[in-house]
Amino acid sequence: MKRWHMLFVAAFLVAGTAQAQPIKVGELNSYKVFTAFLDPYKKGWELALEEINKSGGVLGRKIEVISRDDNGNTGDAVRVAEELISRENVSLLMGTFPSNVGLAVSNLAAQRKMVFVAAEPLTDKIVWENGNRYTFRLRPSTYMQTAMLIPDAVKLKKAKWATVHPNYEYGQSATKWFKSLMQQKQPGVQFVSEQAPPLGKIDAGAVVQALVDAKPDAIFSSLFGPDLQKFVREGNTRGLFKNTVVFNLLAGEPEYLDPLKDETPEGWYVTGYPWNEIKTPAHQKFLAAYQAKYKDYPRLGSIVGYSTMYTVANAIKKAGSVDTEKLIAALKGLEMETPIGPIVYRPIDGQSTMGAYVGKLAKKDGKGVMVNWHFSDGALFLPPFEEVRAMRKE
Amino acid sequence: MTAAAILIQFLNGLASASSLFLVAAGLSLIFGVTRIVNFAHGSLYMLGTYIAYSLIEHFGRGPLGFWGAVLLAGLIVAAFGALVEIFLLRRIYAAPELLQLLATFALVLIVKDFALWVWGPEDLLGPRAPGLGGAVEIAGRQFPEYDLFLIVLGPLVLAILWAILTRTRWGTLVRAATEDREMAGALGVNQKWLFTGVFALGSLLAGLGGSVQIPREPANLFMDLSVISDAFVVVVVGGLGSIGGAFLAALLIAEIKAFCIGIGDVTWFGHVLSFSKLTLVVEFIVMAVVLVIRPWGLLGRQQSVPRSSGAAEAPLALPSRTAVQALVALLAALALVPVFFSGYALVLLIDIMVFALFSVSLYFIMGPGGMHSFGHAAYFGLGAYGAGLIVKSGAAMEVGLLAGPLLAGIGALVFGWFCVRLSGVYLAMLTLAFAQIAWSVVFQWDAVTGGSNGLIGIWPAPWLASKTAYYYLALAGCATGIFVLWRILYAPFGYALRAGRDSPLRADAIGIDVRSRQWGAFVIAGLAAGLAGSLSAFSKGSISPESMAVPRSVDGLVMVLLGGIQNLTGPVWGAALFTWLQDAVAREIDYWRAVLGAVILALVLAFPQGIAGYIGQFIESRRVKSAGAPA
Repeated sequence: MKRWHMLFVAAFLVAGTAQAQPIKVGELNSYKVFTAFLDPYKKGWELALEEINKSGGVLGRKIEVISRDDNGNTGDAVRVAEELISRENVSLLMGTFPSNVGLAVSNLAAQRKMVFVAAEPLTDKIVWENGNRYTFRLRPSTYMQTAMLIPDAVKLKKAKWATVHPNYEYGQSATKWFKSLMQQKQPGVQFVSEQAPPLGKIDAGAVVQALVDAKPDAIFSSLFGPDLQKFVREGNTRGLFKNTVVFNLLAGEPEYLDPLKDETPEGWYVTGYPWNEIKTPAHQKFLAAYQAKYKDYPRLGSIVGYSTMYTVANAIKKAGSVDTEKLIAALKGLEMETPIGPIVYRPIDGQSTMGAYVGKLAKKDGKGVMVNWHFSDGALFLPPFEEVRAMRKE
Repeated sequence: MTAAAILIQFLNGLASASSLFLVAAGLSLIFGVTRIVNFAHGSLYMLGTYIAYSLIEHFGRGPLGFWGAVLLAGLIVAAFGALVEIFLLRRIYAAPELLQLLATFALVLIVKDFALWVWGPEDLLGPRAPGLGGAVEIAGRQFPEYDLFLIVLGPLVLAILWAILTRTRWGTLVRAATEDREMAGALGVNQKWLFTGVFALGSLLAGLGGSVQIPREPANLFMDLSVISDAFVVVVVGGLGSIGGAFLAALLIAEIKAFCIGIGDVTWFGHVLSFSKLTLVVEFIVMAVVLVIRPWGLLGRQQSVPRSSGAAEAPLALPSRTAVQALVALLAALALVPVFFSGYALVLLIDIMVFALFSVSLYFIMGPGGMHSFGHAAYFGLGAYGAGLIVKSGAAMEVGLLAGPLLAGIGALVFGWFCVRLSGVYLAMLTLAFAQIAWSVVFQWDAVTGGSNGLIGIWPAPWLASKTAYYYLALAGCATGIFVLWRILYAPFGYALRAGRDSPLRADAIGIDVRSRQWGAFVIAGLAAGLAGSLSAFSKGSISPESMAVPRSVDGLVMVLLGGIQNLTGPVWGAALFTWLQDAVAREIDYWRAVLGAVILALVLAFPQGIAGYIGQFIESRRVKSAGAPA
């Protein structure tokens, strides 16, 4: 009798564990290199994970995220991803921040036949020139965000432009796209100066002075982080922005805007995330949950982390399995809600149509805010399908 | 550029030069007296900025609050520096050369995580300086008042340092110790406190250098590494231990940078040349040029050789029978691993073997060659890119494995020719300069190298595609590479190389052409590092410029030193330990950098000879005991 009892208990335990076996998702990011963005990002996906598992997980199983630090370089990132794939047996990968790491992991994902949801890398190549069928990317790319600034830039009818960008792929392609889109939309536009300071090491005084001397009507910049702050302070002191309009990618994101405080340059056109003014129900719900959990306001990174996690959960739900081919089929054309509006993962290149907020900077109570902003739907700022097909070489 | 533009850019250069000089002067002082290559100098600078920020928030933004905070931050950093010297560095002065570098590297890791823990991830932009927040009009342009203050501050600090060093008794002692510290000690100078004092003064300058940047730069977690390489360049270009030289070098570099930015794009014969992009690497180009023309920097003199920088290295004995047996057993065990394990164990072991070959190749020129290379990643990277580019151009992967090392060898042939003409830290910094120049070419040459994104899709040939197959390839490649390097050290070439290191004059007298041996060693080490790079590229499927950037070179140094620079097998153990530690710690702990740093510090204090060095000594002492050494 006793033996039977034991056997029953054992069988029950086995059955129980089999059913509750969580779905493992591998996550990797450069947490110790780009901390300012990735700390809120991590909070974002942790919040989403909590919500998903509280509501019963997906396919009746909980999701378990195994998170690793990729140290911000491709060699370590590939090793960490291999560990997630072969030791932890994860069902798919998500994450990454810098473009080179994103590309390396995407390349590995294709080699190991594993789905990879790239969260943050902005490089256009990850879905176009170097795109592969295993890789899907959430954030609006460098091209998309640059294109979102073009309508306002064209409207101003400025003849002479100067550009400044951090000297690596993101900055280079931002400037390249801006120039080519402007030349299409405003023939005869002139570019009088191009500054390319090394990332994180801008010699702001000299750069600002060179721009003053070039006497442009407007400036296009893709600086962010400490470079942006140094540039803004020098530019304010040296009067660069007094009669010159500036368009700056990303500068409205709280990660990069908030440190500027009373230095915030008014009237700049930026892409960003005015978190305290977005009143849509989806965002209100996200905001309340985030503030309740962390006693802090969300940054753009939080949105990215939160939406990446939901992308993964929704894809598994739609696929009804964690089989790679089924996941790919599910992600192609996956429609879902995010706190900043609905998105679709385009079947053609795996790029999501997530948009961004475009507006102008202003100062309010000694802090930088975005005013007169509007939401630009990412779907409207992508090149035509033929161009995408040609770039993907498929 | 108009005359007005030239004047303003000149003033910009002066302001930057002052900032650079403050950090570099402290580094130069510390090196001159203690011979410590202080990697943590940038961390002290970063601490200065962060502490000043917090103090200003605390005291308020008035003049007293601001300037009081700036000064106090410097003093706090000085006190921290003194504590580091007393509790850490003092214990390892007698250790083999460069071990102190390992200790300061560990400090960099710890301080960085400490700053993240205390101040959080967000950049902290401080206030403008009260009274100096505006601009004055110069030549029709607005010029920041604070920059004028900096322009004055640099020469002022130079004058004060000059007065301390030449007009005070303490300064005289410092100069005496810089010339010959043993002699100074023999004459009754209390070296301990002199060293502590110098370290504190150097830290004060670093801390102040950081705190006066408050109105110009946000406190952020990148500051340490971005300032340290610049500071080293300035110190070396100026001439080690020469404060005036450091000032001159800071001026030269800052002005060249300012004018590169001022000139911007220039069209020459239809080609657009961007001087602005040149700022990525211009200081290293300046350093390379200066060192090639003046091997001891602008105002430096030939270094006196410190007499007791650790015990002299014992001649390399042939490995004992047991040691050979142990190594063969290890090799056999490695060959059997795929039978029992698959998946990640193989991935990690491939990484470890690749780094073992890389660090043995570095050891080859550092230990027996006596040439410390701070830029060894260049050859690793050239090997990786050589292999990648050949494969991308359509050649077979097997060809890539040969082409990679070849490219690295050619790189070493060119760079080595210049480097072997120098010695000591100057040689080390020239290797760094070349590595940075090579890196910047790879980083910027989009059309060929893929620029900052690098190359992707570099996978092994189908017959090597499985993890097991590639594991055997890596094992064969690395074991052969390491064996050949070791074997060379016991060949006449190796003996000649060591003779040249231990006594260049005597080696020369018996007919050894020391320089050509060193040059040869450079090329051999380059080939081996290139092989490591190629093997790494195919195991990752991609390469990006970090594979040849400064942190990779530093990793190499750390591995060699951790294992023990005076031991043949040391670099292998060092590579294994460091790679495994990083992997294991980073997986379990959020603040993994601090933990890694703490572990390295503990190892440095426990085994100043390195792990292999310690084991070697332990076995030696046991043997002597059991042989019944005479009483």
